[in-house]
Amino acid sequence: MARARKDPWYVSAVIYLVLLIAVALAVYPVLVVIGISLRPGSTLHALSLRIVPENATLDSYRELFRNQPFLRWMLNSTIVSLMVTILGVSLASTAGYAFSRYRFPGRSAGMIALITTQMFPVTMLLLPLYVMLIKLKLFDSFLGLVIAYSATALPFCIWQMKGYYDTIPLSVEEASWIDGAGRFRTFYQIVLPLAAPALVITALFSFMAAWSEYLVAAVILHDRALYTLPLGLKQFQSNFDTQWGLYAAGSVIVMIPVVIVFLVLSRWLVSGLTLGSVKG
Amino acid sequence: MGKLKVEGDLPLLWQQIRKNRLAYLYAGPAFLVIAAVVVYPFLYNVVISLSNMSLTHLRDWRIIGIRQYIRVFSEPIFYSVFLKTVIWTVVNVFFHVTIGIFLALLLNRPLFGRSVIRTLLILPWAIPQYIAALTWRGMFHSPDGAINLLLMRIFHVEPIEWLSDPTLAFVAAVIVNVWLGVPFMMIVALGGLQSIPEEFYEAAEVDGANRIQRLRRITLPLLRPVMVPAISLGVIWTFNNLNVIWLVSNGGQPADSTHILVSYVYRAAFNYYRYGYAAALSMVIFFILMLFSVNFIRGTRGTEAAY
Repeated sequence: MARARKDPWYVSAVIYLVLLIAVALAVYPVLVVIGISLRPGSTLHALSLRIVPENATLDSYRELFRNQPFLRWMLNSTIVSLMVTILGVSLASTAGYAFSRYRFPGRSAGMIALITTQMFPVTMLLLPLYVMLIKLKLFDSFLGLVIAYSATALPFCIWQMKGYYDTIPLSVEEASWIDGAGRFRTFYQIVLPLAAPALVITALFSFMAAWSEYLVAAVILHDRALYTLPLGLKQFQSNFDTQWGLYAAGSVIVMIPVVIVFLVLSRWLVSGLTLGSVKG
Repeated sequence: MGKLKVEGDLPLLWQQIRKNRLAYLYAGPAFLVIAAVVVYPFLYNVVISLSNMSLTHLRDWRIIGIRQYIRVFSEPIFYSVFLKTVIWTVVNVFFHVTIGIFLALLLNRPLFGRSVIRTLLILPWAIPQYIAALTWRGMFHSPDGAINLLLMRIFHVEPIEWLSDPTLAFVAAVIVNVWLGVPFMMIVALGGLQSIPEEFYEAAEVDGANRIQRLRRITLPLLRPVMVPAISLGVIWTFNNLNVIWLVSNGGQPADSTHILVSYVYRAAFNYYRYGYAAALSMVIFFILMLFSVNFIRGTRGTEAAY
């Protein structure tokens, strides 16, 4: 925090006012979704700006769980997201370490390759994958989806882990070597626990990448039984008859866990992400 | 762990590889997976881009050379969509960075309730992008979307047909993406601000520098090394951001007039089944971004910060 000196009251007042407006803009759409999810069916198109609607009801939520395959979608999304997360975290935690601590032949080529993948438009991997899946008859399988998501998530995860390892002083490991621990033991007993915040952030990012992706899933999954949450929710928003209540209720349920986890971890975002991925 | 000169010294190279064999063990699995899910599809995409593959030629395709690339560059729509992509990227990143730094500056001082405000401000980042995009699409709806209702209450204007006008639909998508992208830049800037040593400001104050001078001479220059890599990432992500434009405009509506390059390719590939053409255009997008990144990193000397 720069300048501990107090601002004069009118400066503080202006700052609070500006921040208040910014907060209102940031929060408003979320309030709108929550509000719509509570509206009774008759007033979904009401010309009302009230956040908590008149005759607020949980009907949409009930409908979602009783008459829609919402739990199925949730299960599908969870399976896919967990697979991507496990793959991302386990592979990135070791690969990031190699890039941070070793100067091996091929290191800079590898790093450049990782950045280069960030420039791929999603269609460049999605189209070949799509054609391959058709030919291999792997269409409509979670495997195809996990492959697609890992392709985008993994390089970023490695990059982020590498950046975090860079901030851990080498002296920590040297002390452990002197105590006679092998290099690999030092890694998983000393360094990995120290990198816990980065592991958590990396896990969160790969989970979210899969949890909130729509367009790749739309190409790969056609079987309704395999729909993930984004496909299911988008379905409520068809061109002609948008089921706003169901869409909003579903969104709220999807959002809440991610938002809570994200905000709880936001303390580490500042150090973890900026030091990690950016300063690296 | 020393630096290595590879040129011509094979025994030394072998020695280096042996010395670092643990490193290959660590990095190997990840790179095998990347080779399978990134490199292989990439090479396959190159092949498709040189072929006449389409829905009708899915199995009996053949190599037709660079004809798809010629088609990309000879169709005027490429240039108009490219221009729109540049506008999309520049406008978005400009607002992400300026608003992000501005809010970070406001937050980087002793304020009552600071952490609550910060948490609420990063909310847009925490929300799944597709939910944000679809929700905003609902808010832009005419006449009963929240935005039109607000405009009507406050300015007493007629409801605006946001989503059926090509320009307004594009503006709507920009607004949504600005909303989504500010928190990332704000957090990065905040991290940068917190790493600036307090003594710099004290020294400047002793020298009689005022607020503006301190901002221009200390804060902004010292933010640069943190912001430059974030901005280059931001440009790449925004340029390639398929989700927001696609979902807000519902696949380029009205009448395919709101596309940026990546959504245009997605449409060509998965709605019009022009696989060869789409693959070629994907390659073109990739090369545009490569050119940008190389020049941007060189121009801002961002490499020291990048790795």
